[in-house]
Amino acid sequence: MTSTDTRTSQGIGQSAPRPDGTLKVTGEFAYSSDLWLEDMVWGVTLRSPHPAARIRSIDLGPALAMPGVLAVLTHEDVPGEKHHGLELRDQPVLAVDRVRYQGEPVALVAADHPERARRAAAAIVVDYEVTEAVTDARRAAFDPACPKVGERGNILRHQPVRVGSVFEAPVVVTGEYEVGMQDQAFLGPESGLAVPAEDGGVDLYVATQWLHVDRDQIAPCLGLPAEKVRVSLAGVGGAFGAREDLSMQVHACLLALRTGRPVKMVYNREESFFGHVHRHPAWMRYEHGATRDGRLIYVKAEILLDGGAYCSSSPAVVGNAASLGAGPYEVGNVEIDAYGVYTNNPPCGAMRGFGAVQACFAYESQMDRLAEACGLSPVELRIRNAVSQGSRLITGQLIDSPAPLAGMLAELEAFPLPAASDGDLRELPGGVAQTTHGEGVRRGVGYGVGIKNICFSEGFDDYSTARVRLELAGGEPHVLVHTAAAEVGQGLVTVQAQVARTELGVERVTVAPADTTVGSAGSSSASRQSYVTGGAVKTACEAVRERLAELAAAHPGLTTTALLQRFGPVEETREYRHRPTFPMDPSTGQGDSHTQLALCVHRAVVDVDVELGLVKVVELAAVQDVGKVLNLLALEGQIHGGSAQGLGLALMEEVLVADGRLRNPSFTDYLIPTILDMPPMKVSILENPDPAAPYGLRGAGEPPTLSTTPAVVAAVRAATGRALSRVPIRPEHIALT
Amino acid sequence: MHEITLTVNGVVRQARVPARRLLSDCLRHDLGLTGTHVGCEHGVCGCCTILLDGEPVRSCLTFAVTVDGREITTVEGLAGPDGALSPVQRAFAECHGLQCGFCTPGFLCTATALLRENPAPTEEEVLEGISGNLCRCTGYQNIVKSVHRAAELIAEEP
Repeated sequence: MTSTDTRTSQGIGQSAPRPDGTLKVTGEFAYSSDLWLEDMVWGVTLRSPHPAARIRSIDLGPALAMPGVLAVLTHEDVPGEKHHGLELRDQPVLAVDRVRYQGEPVALVAADHPERARRAAAAIVVDYEVTEAVTDARRAAFDPACPKVGERGNILRHQPVRVGSVFEAPVVVTGEYEVGMQDQAFLGPESGLAVPAEDGGVDLYVATQWLHVDRDQIAPCLGLPAEKVRVSLAGVGGAFGAREDLSMQVHACLLALRTGRPVKMVYNREESFFGHVHRHPAWMRYEHGATRDGRLIYVKAEILLDGGAYCSSSPAVVGNAASLGAGPYEVGNVEIDAYGVYTNNPPCGAMRGFGAVQACFAYESQMDRLAEACGLSPVELRIRNAVSQGSRLITGQLIDSPAPLAGMLAELEAFPLPAASDGDLRELPGGVAQTTHGEGVRRGVGYGVGIKNICFSEGFDDYSTARVRLELAGGEPHVLVHTAAAEVGQGLVTVQAQVARTELGVERVTVAPADTTVGSAGSSSASRQSYVTGGAVKTACEAVRERLAELAAAHPGLTTTALLQRFGPVEETREYRHRPTFPMDPSTGQGDSHTQLALCVHRAVVDVDVELGLVKVVELAAVQDVGKVLNLLALEGQIHGGSAQGLGLALMEEVLVADGRLRNPSFTDYLIPTILDMPPMKVSILENPDPAAPYGLRGAGEPPTLSTTPAVVAAVRAATGRALSRVPIRPEHIALT
Repeated sequence: MHEITLTVNGVVRQARVPARRLLSDCLRHDLGLTGTHVGCEHGVCGCCTILLDGEPVRSCLTFAVTVDGREITTVEGLAGPDGALSPVQRAFAECHGLQCGFCTPGFLCTATALLRENPAPTEEEVLEGISGNLCRCTGYQNIVKSVHRAAELIAEEP
């Protein structure tokens, strides 16, 4: 009880089962879309059909006249701040006098039935004057004659990185690369329930990634003090970044406060595509210079990221793309310019690995080109340039904990390759459609390496709070852990309980539902919660242990149970911060902007039908260094799932936008990998501890998403000989170019 | 409005529904069985899969009135009468075959039907059998393991 040596059966390092696992297999787990109150009504959103327009007038009369309608609201009904946003409050709660993207919320309806609410919303007459939509990010950024999308200039952040002055080399490779707009495609659409409270405030139950940042945006818009807006986490059906920005939160609260009734809002799949940000599409120009034996001399790059109509987290996305823009390679001369740009395209923001994913596809493609130009294998070229502990990032930041990239690549390359197809036609590209009997099918192998910053960077005050209470329940010690950290599927509830078991040596641990009655836990993003909330729970447990030790010292001979019996529960609340980070220099990009970095490497093996352009991924293998395994089963699940999303970006996933309009907002047209697209995986996990992190752990959720995409594309290039400079690869890029 | 009678998880239930009420909405809203999830409303994701007279069916592509008099099993009905988890449920919980869990009810119903027809499926038969259900979290590796594990658990049953 008084030392961390106490071993419990489900502590840190054990594959403890999910505490919510049983409820999730019995159907009892309450997702945000399942919430129900007898007197609740339904809210819906009217959205702009135009990517850019002025609003001349809005006629609510026809909607208000419809049966069952309780309220119809526009921006005029927003009592407080009219705008919200994660980094910059530039996004209207409801469009004020113009709309800047297709799908922008314009009006809200509450009615006694969802169908009636939808029909009423459709009856609202909005008189739009359509204006020119800025949809070309390059023009938005660099053409002085281009109209401004918002109040500011169209470049929302330009982050240069400048190192050294040698930009000549014996071997030079150049490339232009493009990454399409990916959707997080969580399966549980945006939803929540807002309940008006007697004190004039509101209780919101919602699926989100960060309760406190939601509250801190909602309350000013409602004109309420923060304490009158209580936000509780409802069951979350996946997140992947898409729940970082607000969707229906303010809307449901506005309707609840107006009607005096609980208001439920649930997006359908089509609305979900309009209701959250996507991964930034990117256009990237790279030039790598190296010695003839493949040692990097310089990297030049221009990285252009389309942020769409509002800011969201674009500045952080730009920071990642710039600071990690050359990858985990040693290079002494760098000239990188990363831009985030406003356009009238859908707003883009957080998705797993943001900023780093886009750059990774480009720099890894370049490393393959360089390997070819130098006559080296892709693995050898990477090993020759690999960072290690003691290297510096292009920002000048010292890598001060293990970064065994060369060893990881060597281990990956040594994995046995999968056998050739055994002649089962269903195994070939095209699958059960049996579009080939093997003719035209070529096999390819490719490698990808990724580096991702863990936790929030660039000087952000990044912390989490945990309240831990040791008490007697039924006469036995029991621990209650309370944080505001969002369980979004990743298994954070499991990890919190594991930390408490290990630190307090108590088997019975309950993780209380997350809400805003405890301090902020920060966001469930940036692979940060095991680190930061894990750290907070650990620190609070240590404080509980100290208090208990003091009691024990003062009352020798009493057991823990006896102490708790006599003195009551011991409860401590602690905040935990990771090492401070610092802004990047605005003109050179230099600075210790990250607190931790994580590496993952992938090998992909593909079969490609070069005649039809169909790709079958035969195997994915990965090596990832996680510092310390907290829960092997959960960790493997993160690596598998992250890899599947990287595979999706390589081969099928793209939100198609034409003239600012979404072309495929449905799961029939936006494809995510099925089990037949996802091959078996081999995973090797390394544990080289980071001394600065709790238990030495390294955040793990995002890195696999980075390295999968370039590995798959490299394998398809190897099979086809095509240049393939854009993802997702479409069949015509293989068969018709 | 139409009066319909369904046997849901062994219990006779009645509902008054308009002709166009989807079975998924009928189960969730009229009968309060929210374990059946709706992920895409057009039959792609499989989250809403239920068993209709034992066969897996997309409840979001089925009008409630068309199944009047039929027998339906939802995720809430997979456990035994004493609340004991079914082998498929146990396997998914044990093998970490879920993360956010939103897709899980659909996978459970699909796998239950698959293993009833084919108690010892091959790797290919498992992949094909559950290829109509989407999962965004797990990369499917542990779902495949869960289905094989469920087959083992069923084989061990007395």
